[in-house]
Formats: sequence, C-alpha cells, structure tokens
Amino acid sequence: MKQTIGFKLNGKKVTVAINGDESLLTVLREYLDNTGTKYSCGLGQCGACTVILNNQTAQSCITYLDTFENAEIITIEGLANNNKLHPIQEAFVAHDALQCGFCTPGMIMNSYGLLLKNPNPSREEIISEMEVNLCRCGSYNNIVDAIETASEKMFKKL
Amino acid sequence: MEAEKINQLYFSDVNQPIRYDRRKFLKQLGKGIIVIFSLSELSLLQGWSQPTNARNEELDFNAYLRVKEDGRVDCYTGKIEMGQGIITSLAQALAEELEVSIEMVDMVMGDTKLCPYDAGTWGSLTTRFADPVIRAAAAEAREILIEIASEKLTEPIGNLEAVNGSVFVKGNASKKIDYAALTKGKKIVRSLTKKPELKKAKDFKIVGKSVISTDAMAKVTGRAKYSADIKLYGMVYASVVRPVIFGSKKIAVDASALNNFNGAQLIEDGDLVAVIHSESEVAAKAAQSIKITWEAPESKANTETIFKYLEDTITKSTVFEEGGDLVSGKQNSEKIVQADYHDGYKAHAAMETHCATCYFENDKLTIWASTQTPFGTQKELADTFKIPLENVHVKQIFLGGGFGGKIYNLQAVEAAKIAKISGKPVQLVWTRREEFMYDRFRPAALLKIRSGVDSFGKLNLWEFDIYCAGTRGTKLFYNAPNNRTRFFDKNDAHPVGTGAWRAPGNNTTTFARESHIDATAHASGQDPLEFRLNNLKDENMIATLKLAADTFGYNTPKKEGHGYGIALGEDAGTLVAIISEVRVDKSTGEVHPVKIVCAQDMGQVVNPHGATVQTEGGVTMGLGYALYEEIEFDGGMVKTRSFNNYKFTTFSKTPKIACVFIDKMNAAPQGGGEPAIICVGGSIANAVFDACGARVNRMPITPQRVLAAMPL
Repeated sequence: MKQTIGFKLNGKKVTVAINGDESLLTVLREYLDNTGTKYSCGLGQCGACTVILNNQTAQSCITYLDTFENAEIITIEGLANNNKLHPIQEAFVAHDALQCGFCTPGMIMNSYGLLLKNPNPSREEIISEMEVNLCRCGSYNNIVDAIETASEKMFKKL
Repeated sequence: MEAEKINQLYFSDVNQPIRYDRRKFLKQLGKGIIVIFSLSELSLLQGWSQPTNARNEELDFNAYLRVKEDGRVDCYTGKIEMGQGIITSLAQALAEELEVSIEMVDMVMGDTKLCPYDAGTWGSLTTRFADPVIRAAAAEAREILIEIASEKLTEPIGNLEAVNGSVFVKGNASKKIDYAALTKGKKIVRSLTKKPELKKAKDFKIVGKSVISTDAMAKVTGRAKYSADIKLYGMVYASVVRPVIFGSKKIAVDASALNNFNGAQLIEDGDLVAVIHSESEVAAKAAQSIKITWEAPESKANTETIFKYLEDTITKSTVFEEGGDLVSGKQNSEKIVQADYHDGYKAHAAMETHCATCYFENDKLTIWASTQTPFGTQKELADTFKIPLENVHVKQIFLGGGFGGKIYNLQAVEAAKIAKISGKPVQLVWTRREEFMYDRFRPAALLKIRSGVDSFGKLNLWEFDIYCAGTRGTKLFYNAPNNRTRFFDKNDAHPVGTGAWRAPGNNTTTFARESHIDATAHASGQDPLEFRLNNLKDENMIATLKLAADTFGYNTPKKEGHGYGIALGEDAGTLVAIISEVRVDKSTGEVHPVKIVCAQDMGQVVNPHGATVQTEGGVTMGLGYALYEEIEFDGGMVKTRSFNNYKFTTFSKTPKIACVFIDKMNAAPQGGGEPAIICVGGSIANAVFDACGARVNRMPITPQRVLAAMPL
C-alpha cells in the first residue's frame, strides 16, 4: 500500500506516494526526478549521494522515511539561486575541483554542510569532515582548495 | 566489442579512419563549411597530411568540424569525455587555429548517429592523435573562410587575416566580415589533404593557456546527465540475479516467491536471470527472492597462491626485446641482484557503476550506456540481436569515470536483452557489489628480474620476465648491454575477469623495474639518483629526472623515519619521473605519503591546468594501487565487495603533489591521462625502503608487508 508523505525540497513543499521502505536517494532520483544526487555504493560508504537534511549532511542512500518525512532537504539542484551559482559551486569551478563530475554533487553538499556548522574551517578540519567522500579521479587537493576559497568568500560576508 | 580484440587495440595504440559514402554523409549534413579529417596514427606520422585510400564516391575520415551559418563551430568526434578533459583541450586546439573564442566551439562527442566512427577512448590517444589534426583541420577551415572573404571584400588573400571570428583587411580594422556572414548559405566540404600553415607556439593565444573545464558548470549544478539519469516514459528498472562465484553456470531457477511482489516480472535468457519492476527497489528485493542453483567452477588459486599458480600455468613466452649475451653479461657482472615482484588484482572502482538505459522501437535500439567505446558497444549490440549496425544508436553523455573499465559493456547487452524480451524501456544500474564481481580487473602479475652491475658500477645485465602485465612501456631506457625482456600471457589463466586498467600493465612493470633498479643501485653502493643518471641512455629522460630532482629538492636532508624514492617510466609517448617522500611508522608498518613531485616530458602542453589536474589525479589514484587496493578472492569467489574492504586514496591520504612539465611548446603533444600513474608504485616502494630498510616486493605495500620486510 502506498502512503503519501511530504517534505520540503529545495524550499518547496513536495508530496510523494511511496511504499515506505525506500531510501531518500530513490525518492529523490526516481520519484521526483532530481537526478543530480548520485548512486554509487548504496551503503553510505562513499558520499556521492550526500544531501542536506535539516541543516545537517545526510547520505541519502541510507536515509529512510522516519528521518526524511517532513524534513527540510537541500540537494545540488537547490544550491544555485536563479542561475547564480552558490559560492561553493563557484569555487569548485574556479579550482576545477572535479574531473568526471560524478562525485561532485556529493562533494559540494558535504562542503555545504561543513560550512554551515563551521564557516571558517582549517585545512585539517576540511580534510577530516570530507574524508567520507570518495573521488576516484583524484581531485582531492583541488576540492580542499575550493572549500577554503568558498569559506573565505562566505565568511567575509557574514 | 569482443574483449580479446579490445585488448589488442588497447595495447597496440591503433585507431584508423573509416570510409563513408560521400552522398549519404553530405545529405545528412546541414549547411556550413565542413572540413573532414582522420584522427589516426598515420595522420601524425605523415606530418598531418591525410592519406586517403578511398574511392571518389567515398570519404575517408573519422572526425569533422563545421563552421555553421551562425558562426558557431561544431566539432564531431567519436571520442568521449570521462573526466580527462578533452572536451576542453580539443576545443582549445580548434579555437586556436580557427581564430574563434573557445565559447564558440561545441564539442559533439561519442554519439553513434551524429559522430563518425571511433574505435574508443583509451590509451591516452586523444591528445596525441586528435589534437594536431584538429588544429590542422581548423587551419584549413580558416583558409577557406579567408578565400570566401577575399571574393566578398574584393581584396587579395594576402591582405586578409582572421581574428576572433572575423576576417579583416590588414591595417584597416573597419573593413571586415564575420564568419556567420561568410558561411551563410554555403555548403563547402573539404578533406584535409595538405599540411596547412599552423601557428608557432610564440603566436598561441589559447593553446598553452590554462582553461577551466568547459563542462564544470554542468557538473557543479547537478545538470550534467549520466546514463542512469535518463528516464523514459513507461520505463522499468531491472535487477539481475547473480551467482556468488564468478563464472558459475545456471542449473535451475526457483522464482516461486516472485508472486509476493506485485508487478514484478521475471526475465530469463540463458544464464541471464533478471526481474523488472516500475520501481527499482522493488525490482531489487524481488530479484533477491529468486533462488538459483548454480554450478560453480572449481577454485584453482586464491589471493596468496595466485602468483605461483600463474608461474606454473603459463609456460609459453615471447621475447619482446633482447640484446648482447646474457651468459657473458652474468660473467662480467660484479654484483648480481635477483628478485620476484608481485601485484594483485585491482578494481577500476569508478564512482559511477556500469549502467544503461535503453528502449527498442521495432528492431531499432536506442541506448545510453556508460561506455568508453560507443561504437564498440554499437557493434556488440548489433551482433547480439543480429540487426544492422545503423539500427543501434548509442547515445553518449557524461561518463562517471572509466579508467579502462568501461571499455567493456556487459551491462549494455544485459539491459538491451531485458528491453527486447520485456518490450519495455529498461534501466539497469549495477550495484557496487555487481561492479566488484563483473569489473574486468587489472590482472594479478608476477615479474622476475635479474640484473648485474660491472666493476665500473654500470648496469650490465637485465633479464626481465613478465607474467600477465604485457609489455607496454617496458622498452628498456637504461643502458644494459646484455638484456632480454620476455612476456608470459594467457588470458584464461585468471579466475576472475581481467582487462585494461589505466596504463595497462605499465603500473605493474614500472613498479618491478624501478624497485629493482633501486635495489641494484643499493647493492652496488650507489645512490639511486646517481645510479639512474649514470645508466640512462635517453637525454630526454635524464632531463625529466633532473627536473623532478630539482623541483623535489632531492638533496634536502630527510627527517627521522622519512624516505625518498624515485621511479621513472614511459607511457603513451610521455616520459615520467616521480620522486616521493613517505614517513613510515616503524612500529605499525604504516606508510604515510608526505610529498610527491611528478615531472613529465609530454611534448606540447595544450592546457597546462588540465594537464596538471590529470597528472595530480593519476598520482592520487596511483597511491591507491601502491598502498591499499587489493581484490581478495578464492577462485571465482570475490570477497572484496564494497568500499568497506576495497580501500583507495582518500582526502587524508593525499599528500602535497607538485606537477612540472618540460617546456616543449613547439613539439607534438603526447599522452596525459595515463602516464603519471605508472611511477607511483615504484617510487613509494623505494621511498619505503629508504625510510625503514623494508624492501616490499608486492603491491599493495600494506603495513603487514612492511613489517614482514623490515630488517631485524
């Protein structure tokens, strides 16, 4: 039996009919066509599916109804404001902190979560917080540089 | 494409043009100025001219560019973008010679309907072979535009020049005509037949300048579409039922529990058993309810016994290179060093698993497949369904990493079979566990080396036997008058699938050779840097090594517990020298990379920033195979099934990396995607030895192996 549930996605209220045991990743990608969030391991071991849930990072492939119902969720699609890139996205472009781009949405969302709770992290803090996110192309050093740049830009504004 | 054939192509670096029916090709093209050309080895060797064997009614090419009526430029190539940055660097090369800004160039890549045939994106071929020819074709297009402008402006060609999308009368900036006006209503098709006047490096405006990836914007916003991001009307999700042991044959299927899943449908075709459902998670659960009796092949080797097994099983060898006389080489050597080196199976572990989305319309198949070989996939699918080639349309979009693993496309065949049988659009996304089972791993390999040094400290003997790592990059660049390199190969010797892995074979052979050169240097009482400089024969390699040593600061004193290690190698035309610094924790055996310098002679560097990203990426990935990556198995039972036990480089494991290039802007460009990675294993092994005296001859260099090799 399907049940209709709701949550806030990128600032808008959404309702969706689900079985109840799906992961948030499936709900986002399959039911709501938000394919920016990626599937890579399905076990919470790589960070490719990272989203923001109630201002905290969550790996959507292991996040279930009890957590995401009525929550406020932000995905990669919700970061840019009227086609104006978010400073983290800008910094990822400026540092070319990506190659194949598949891990990029998860990387950016984890950076977003990190800067929400710690707007001015040290390099060590960035590395420690980002450690769960995997990038097989090996863009790690550029990603750290990008997060430092984004933090400087955002921190000065605060 | 058949795996055997792919390996042959991959290892031999060949990419030939294809013949097209002239009339058919021209008919499907819109208006504009079109220059066709071929991206092949020949085009480079013969000074960019395009030798053609085609008859008059045929065209002989595998890429083309078109200046459209609005002045924008399309470049069509069957190559694909998987993070290596050619979508940017090829556009740079084109924009440079055509005198347009890079924003005016649209790359149309890897679509079997829109693009001419290409054998596949591998072997770091694109920049080496495509870039010079694309430049030549763009220069040709520029010449055509100037010819048309000469008529329109009634000025002799010699008085005209092309700048930023317009043709100007020299010395009179107001008298000009832009490309859109020149192209309007025209349909001119020309083959690249002569070597056009190419710009010299000193006149470059775009080549040699750092350009940010043109696809970065799509990738940071989540708008970049990958094959599993495609959703078709009425599409179902497929989940394949897999055996636990690789190579198992199906005996019996019990699908009685499928009734518990409303709407789930069983698909059976030979050993392929799958479930489809309109919801992916239901399909996956339903697939798990199916019980299959499998007949599994007997285990002949496991993670530990594989090396002995390969040595015993493969007895036939081929001599790749030899010189002098091994017997006298041995007699005249003062020191002989002999050792075996081992390397285990490695996964590609691209972040995007193999996936495909497809549908049939009568006997026409359209498929988005995460593939490095759209045209190979097209052929494989056409053969599978016995339909004409043109009935299969492989649509290429972004690829979430390849590294050689997506040359092989079992998932595309599976998805298409399921679509054919069910009559529905299908999406199949391999789970990470399937990826670890059906990936074609980098083969386990055994290498046996005997070296000798004469009384002058010169390398005098080099005997190299390679099991299962091929000969790519093994042509001896050290002076060793008495030498022999043999390879022993047998594809079916492996208990799991194997295939090409970023710089195939070269990571393994370079690790062995450079470890052994180091051991030989130490055995003869010489510093590894000096020993290499004394025994290298190629000036370019010496220059590359010196650049690495200077950049690294090789003579800087080391901290306690730290070590420096060198490795040299050649891959895809590029010379590589890496020097690594590691810290070894002597109590735990843990190796911590501290700093890595990679120097490369890669000829002309088209996009210095892009080349740096590729080099740094290769070094970062290389630390994984050197220190962490290993597939654990017992026969076809792959025990490594997730990122939980397949570890590779992470943020905290990435050291400072500096990439430097020999300045050769007027030379032809060489490979950039693969070369850097080959020297990581050897340089780390040598740095570990330097730090703690442990000579670890097996990758990955795990803490246990370091402790076991530590001198008492």
